[in-house]
Amino acid sequence: MKIPTLKYQSQAVAKLYFVAALCLFTGQILFGLTLGLQYVIGDLFFPAIPFNIARMVHTNLLIIWLLFGFMGAAYFMVPEESETELWSPLFAKILFWVFLAAAVATILGYLLVPYASLAKWTGNDFLATMGREFLEQPLPTKLGIVVVCLGFLFNLTMTVLKGRKTAISLVLMMGLWGLAIMFLFSFVNPDNLVRDKMYWWFVVHLWVEGTWELIMASLLAFVLIKTTGVDREVIDKWMYMIVAFALISGILGTGHHFYFIGLPGYWHWVGGVFSALEPIPFFMMTLFAFNMVQRRRREHPNQAAVLWAVGTSVIGFLGAGVWGFIHTLSSVNYYTHGSQVTAAHGHLAFYGAYVLVVLAIISYAMPLIRGREANPMRAQRAEMWSFWIMSIGMAVMVLALSGAGILQVWLQRMPTSGAMGFMATQDQLSFFYWVRIAGGVMFLTGLITYLSSFFIGPAADEQEVAAIPGSRLQRA
Amino acid sequence: MSQGFTSQTARNIFYGGTMFFVLVFAALIFNSETKIPARSKAQEITPAVVRGKHLWESRNCIGCHTLMGEGAYFAPELGNVYERRGPDFIKGWIKAMPTHAPGRRQMPQFNFSEQQLDDLVEFLRWTNGIDDEKWPPNIEG
Repeated sequence: MKIPTLKYQSQAVAKLYFVAALCLFTGQILFGLTLGLQYVIGDLFFPAIPFNIARMVHTNLLIIWLLFGFMGAAYFMVPEESETELWSPLFAKILFWVFLAAAVATILGYLLVPYASLAKWTGNDFLATMGREFLEQPLPTKLGIVVVCLGFLFNLTMTVLKGRKTAISLVLMMGLWGLAIMFLFSFVNPDNLVRDKMYWWFVVHLWVEGTWELIMASLLAFVLIKTTGVDREVIDKWMYMIVAFALISGILGTGHHFYFIGLPGYWHWVGGVFSALEPIPFFMMTLFAFNMVQRRRREHPNQAAVLWAVGTSVIGFLGAGVWGFIHTLSSVNYYTHGSQVTAAHGHLAFYGAYVLVVLAIISYAMPLIRGREANPMRAQRAEMWSFWIMSIGMAVMVLALSGAGILQVWLQRMPTSGAMGFMATQDQLSFFYWVRIAGGVMFLTGLITYLSSFFIGPAADEQEVAAIPGSRLQRA
Repeated sequence: MSQGFTSQTARNIFYGGTMFFVLVFAALIFNSETKIPARSKAQEITPAVVRGKHLWESRNCIGCHTLMGEGAYFAPELGNVYERRGPDFIKGWIKAMPTHAPGRRQMPQFNFSEQQLDDLVEFLRWTNGIDDEKWPPNIEG
């Protein structure tokens, strides 16, 4: 069946990826709430789901669903940018099922098998890569991720090569190739903990403060081009300047993780100076989004997508830029390192920069894949509500965690003598932890509102902005 | 952005800037590599320390604790626990888990052998000796 709102029918494979992403997102949030509760009810679900297992599920689901989101985004954007069908839609579908099966098996493995047994059965004695934060996946899963990424990149690279080469698809492809290449460092696990930690950051930092920013900028640029109709030359220039600043500041900015893990003291200066510049690309994204919306040459019927795009630029700047800057200088980080301040920053940065940019592309692409120019007004209204509910819920969480972090630093880190112990301090933070749970519940409410928007039809008196054949021609 | 500033110019800044800073970063990493053995007292990494690190990883300790400030923030920092508590306390604590105190955070029972407990302690002792720029600020971690 031909989908009239798609320029290239193979773009429709993105739907599988987006649906899976949203299901896993929901799982991530449910485990997040569990963790929040375990902070105040310490023995909740123990020993069935200990904290470390729930946390591993929470963070791994986040990574996996964002990867699904990026992949779906790429499958949707690259054919349209390249002006040609995807090299192999079938291959994209096969890889989807492989990746989903591996992801589900891994999560079930975490939940059902003791981690030590999982490590033993999956060859961790042969090549030890497990048990490091965010890289807890068993060896077969890590190898599976590499294989899926290579297949995915091959499919897209072939598509770009046979079609038009735009700045957006080039930056997107560089980001995705960079993501895959940096992941190879997850197989590097030296016996020396200091070297282990240094290379671990090659994956973690150079993903979220490096290659992923390229992906984010290209997704944002794509949504803005489509919804505002602003000239490509203008958009491209912005995008290149944003990614230039992202990498110029972000590569040496890795140093802000090297202060206190046994690496030389000069990283205090290198990391401090360059990571202090890291808010710049995020600030540019905010200017970019507002500027493009102001200069828009048409009113796109999908206003929800515009809201997500502007939202990601603003909240990304607050979370990654401002909340990152707060504790990035080594003299501050000396006290805040490994405290709840880090947790506050991590949550807002991931939500603002990556969750919202994936939701922006889903919001733009899904209606088109479902054969309509934009969702009915009622559905869009639910979507916009969900943006505000989730964002305010997240704000409550982040402010609570920031408060907890400041108090923690004050009680446990600042005193030179008679400092409070870790657990005694945690007891003092319980008010903030309860507020964080309230924010989390609000976030879940927003997420449910968002998911429900997919099932809301047009009002009785509303004509659906539906498949008007040829209406795509007016699109940029 | 002025008239002469085209997207080609922006692209060149991106490529040039990235290339330059990748090279600077690589040079600093190579330099750091040469400093790591002394700063981490690499000659003290015995087979017991390596086995201890493997236990640390395969029990996912990082899922609750921090080690030199990195990890989860649910349970105490262990980079300096050797200094804070000493070897016997550490072993006794691990053996006594979980406490089953109602409402309190629980640590699983890992059923370690004496040998494994010693390896884990050796790993924590070595970690405690890494020159990490005098972090944490005080003994409480």
